[in-house]
Amino acid sequence: MDWFLVLSSLIKISGFTFLVILPFVALSSLAERKVSAYIQDRVGPNRVGVPLTIFGAKKDFPLFGLVQPLADGLKFILKEDLTPKHVRKFYFWLAPALTMVPALLTCAVIPFGSYLNIGGREVKMVIADLNVGPLFTFAIASLGVYGIVLAGWASNSKYPFLGGVRSSSQMISYEIALGLSVVPVLMVFQELNLGMIVEEQDKNGWLLLPLWGEGLSWQRWVLLVPMVISFVVFTIAMFAETNRMPFDLPECETELVAGYHTEYSSMKFAMFFLGEYAAMIIGSGLIVTLFLGGWSIPFLPTAELAKTTWWMGLLHMGCFLTKVAAFIFFFMWVRWTLPRFRFDQLMRLGWVFFFELALANVFLTALILMIVKR
Amino acid sequence: MPQPLFYLFVAVMLGFGAAVVLLRNPVSSALSLVVSFAGLAALYVSLNAYFAGVLQVLVYAGAVMVLFLFIIMLMDIREEQRRRINKVAVVGGAALVVGFVVQLGGVLAGYEAGRKPLDRVPLQLTEAAEARRAAGNVSPGITADLERGTLPDTKLVGEALFTRYHLQLQMVGVLLLVATVGVIVISRREDRVVSGRGE
Repeated sequence: MDWFLVLSSLIKISGFTFLVILPFVALSSLAERKVSAYIQDRVGPNRVGVPLTIFGAKKDFPLFGLVQPLADGLKFILKEDLTPKHVRKFYFWLAPALTMVPALLTCAVIPFGSYLNIGGREVKMVIADLNVGPLFTFAIASLGVYGIVLAGWASNSKYPFLGGVRSSSQMISYEIALGLSVVPVLMVFQELNLGMIVEEQDKNGWLLLPLWGEGLSWQRWVLLVPMVISFVVFTIAMFAETNRMPFDLPECETELVAGYHTEYSSMKFAMFFLGEYAAMIIGSGLIVTLFLGGWSIPFLPTAELAKTTWWMGLLHMGCFLTKVAAFIFFFMWVRWTLPRFRFDQLMRLGWVFFFELALANVFLTALILMIVKR
Repeated sequence: MPQPLFYLFVAVMLGFGAAVVLLRNPVSSALSLVVSFAGLAALYVSLNAYFAGVLQVLVYAGAVMVLFLFIIMLMDIREEQRRRINKVAVVGGAALVVGFVVQLGGVLAGYEAGRKPLDRVPLQLTEAAEARRAAGNVSPGITADLERGTLPDTKLVGEALFTRYHLQLQMVGVLLLVATVGVIVISRREDRVVSGRGE
């Protein structure tokens, strides 16, 4: 058995999940409040810092409110964990876990860096280097519906049930657009391995920014039309899949109180919250990987350099995280700018507009590839 | 795959498969079937068939069973749990299972290629790549993958579907379209009756 492989895999799994995704969740919950505050011309949470007053000092050290997520987490743990009498207990307990686990599992195939040179060995910065990357993500993400459906059903009351039903129909509908919109991308790359998709973009220009390498050819610029359509459909479907504004109808408070998690409290609610944010982060990661070049630095094809030097690998990881953070900011920007859709509008948009658009886009891409490449 | 893992996933698959039939609560049954599918997907993956494994989760666990659960949630579960066990059906079902197992055993006992353990039959990727080159290198992507030493199972499935089974694929597509149209027709007719009564 190759101990180096086992050890590096373990470090990658624990490192990426617990040192990147979960802190990102905490920070994006703070960022959400800050961004919403700036958009609404408020200040946002800016008090929680190092509590020096406990030790007898005159003033706390505020630290721009950066410790707020820690305080939030502590509050969740200390709140009463109430299980109402009327719920179906086993599924009531199972549902939060079923929301969070798939959201975290999908990160296994996303390449969060190129290579890291550790003691002369190249370590690929992806947990599972599968040849079915995007399909794996969709498969596991589609399991996330169970958590929400079960939460709605197990709560055994009306608002959560309606939220659960809404959510499952919404997610099933938009999964079609999501899956179809990624087909043109795979047709262009002719590859299902996310790591190799990113390396290709590193060499020949990002899918949406073909400005270096082979990307400067006119063929790529013609292909940009279906790729932009794919990008738009994929991003919007991702908003619907993660139940984010403007498609957050499953937990729309003006109609459904809090939707499927109405009956939940304390850490169980926190797990839904965590799952939603983790799904948003992984979704951003997937969009960045497919369309925006993953870890690659614009205009500088540096995959080969990362195999020999240690600092380039770290730089690539930083580049990936920066892009993901920027995309998360975009998610938040949309949430606090656009009003919520009505449910029938949402379903009509999914089935009548995005489904057809994604399907037509597949044929358009095939046509362009046939004329241009051969 | 190491043997303990194989037995673990087989146990998961068969155990939860039995739970589908044995549990009284329809929601529990449906979820047991999902776990059983997950075990089956793991077995596919252990045979290097990543694509089939992922599709098992994506299509069956992620889409079909969600719709099942959706419908089960809308019906009265209490009534389902109160229903008496039909003894004839149980005996008939058990007889069917026994018959099937005997038949399966008969087939497997006569299957000579199955006697070789999987790790004694390595994938001959370079040979396959050479054969493809010799045959005119129709899909260069597959050949490149084989030469790199990875099994391009997704691409191979795609190639088979769009060349060898082209007609069958289109027939299945038409069949699904007919079913979809049929569903719409049935649901619309009911709608007209209801509205007619209202007038």
